[in-house]
Amino acid sequence: MNIDSIQTGIVIDHITAGKGMEIYNLLHLDKLDCSVALLLNASSNKMGCKDIIKINQDIDIDMNALGYVDPGATIVIIRNSKVVEKRTVSLPEKLTNVLKCKNPRCITTTEQELPHVFLLTEPSKRVYRCMYCETKANSK
Amino acid sequence: MRSLISILDLSVEELDELIGVANDIIDNPAKYSEICRGKKLATLFFEPSTRTRLSFEAAMYELGGNVLSVTGAGSSSAAKGESVADTAKTVSCYADIIAMRHSKEGAPLVASMNATIPVINAGDGGHNHPTQTLADLLTIRREKGRLDNLTIGLCGDLKFGRTVHSLIEAMARYTGVKFVLISPEELKLPSYVKSIIKEKNIPYVQTTDLEAAMPDLDILYMTRVQRERFFNEEDYLRLKDSYILTPDKLNNAKADLCIMHPLPRVNEISVAIDNDPRAAYFKQVLNGKYMRMALICKLLEVL
Repeated sequence: MNIDSIQTGIVIDHITAGKGMEIYNLLHLDKLDCSVALLLNASSNKMGCKDIIKINQDIDIDMNALGYVDPGATIVIIRNSKVVEKRTVSLPEKLTNVLKCKNPRCITTTEQELPHVFLLTEPSKRVYRCMYCETKANSK
Repeated sequence: MRSLISILDLSVEELDELIGVANDIIDNPAKYSEICRGKKLATLFFEPSTRTRLSFEAAMYELGGNVLSVTGAGSSSAAKGESVADTAKTVSCYADIIAMRHSKEGAPLVASMNATIPVINAGDGGHNHPTQTLADLLTIRREKGRLDNLTIGLCGDLKFGRTVHSLIEAMARYTGVKFVLISPEELKLPSYVKSIIKEKNIPYVQTTDLEAAMPDLDILYMTRVQRERFFNEEDYLRLKDSYILTPDKLNNAKADLCIMHPLPRVNEISVAIDNDPRAAYFKQVLNGKYMRMALICKLLEVL
């Protein structure tokens, strides 16, 4: 299956197979007016199977949100059809407005303007807790 | 400018320092009677409380300071829809330090992020109550002479009991501590608090049998099943009388057991135990005032 290479834009590569659509939604890629290719279950020598997202425009990617969903993904920046930068994604220490606190007693339930902030409290188990009430986020 | 939101905001060394100051206040009250002259404490209590608010206010008066008080969300600007952040910014213009109780978890943290003066968490929902823990630590130190090498029984509502959670966080930092967690199945310690114990490889026992656990205990910390933490009245009624401490249950207890309770009590400790020399819960109340005095002095940097 062929998808045209992009001139200037971003490729999110090495996405764990099955997480492509979630990342597409999380990064609000449906709101872009450029062409976006979401390739699911592409074959990969390293991973066996992977998802890939190609965005034909240079946009700011929320690396924290991406890192939370899939810390193994990589970002490739392309300008004039050439790769100018590769970035690895890591599990972020802090997530702002990526997750919502589900605790009905949390201050964020009554104060709508507060950002929903989650902090990485147990990196080995990928546990995030609400900064305000310490409620655990539903794990990915 | 520092605030106290969680007991873990204080290092073990700082806890020792506060306990030292509190003991000095007990021994030399006159030395501290004017130390906060000209300073104002704002007590913002958006959830019902008698003893904690009075304790803070008594503490400030005994330090020679003054108190501005708000009680109940209904009588404050919160009823008009003011945010915690705006309240904190506003009160910062009037007072030198804030003590805040709020039913919403995290509200004092939000206040501390927006205030220009120190904020003390005086209880936020079922989350944290660090000054109760300060009272507990001073009581344990004064009654047992140490904070390490103790077997601590925690009994009652371990699920919603914020005093229990904070005490575990604080005591888990001392060596030789062992926890005995006594509760009905429905009110067991939440996993995130238990993980604190597990991570530090602290020995613990989980049981529903108070009497069987009694002989091992150096400290028995009783808690009330709190009606206000339940969404369902039926669950509250079913669980409220799970553990009632009566004199006969103390037959196998150590002679130097220290019986504690954050108060208020409903019926979980029989009044017949009040005159037992092992009952320390009213001393805890007094110790709470001294620790709040020490804390106010530290946060206002008047020592």
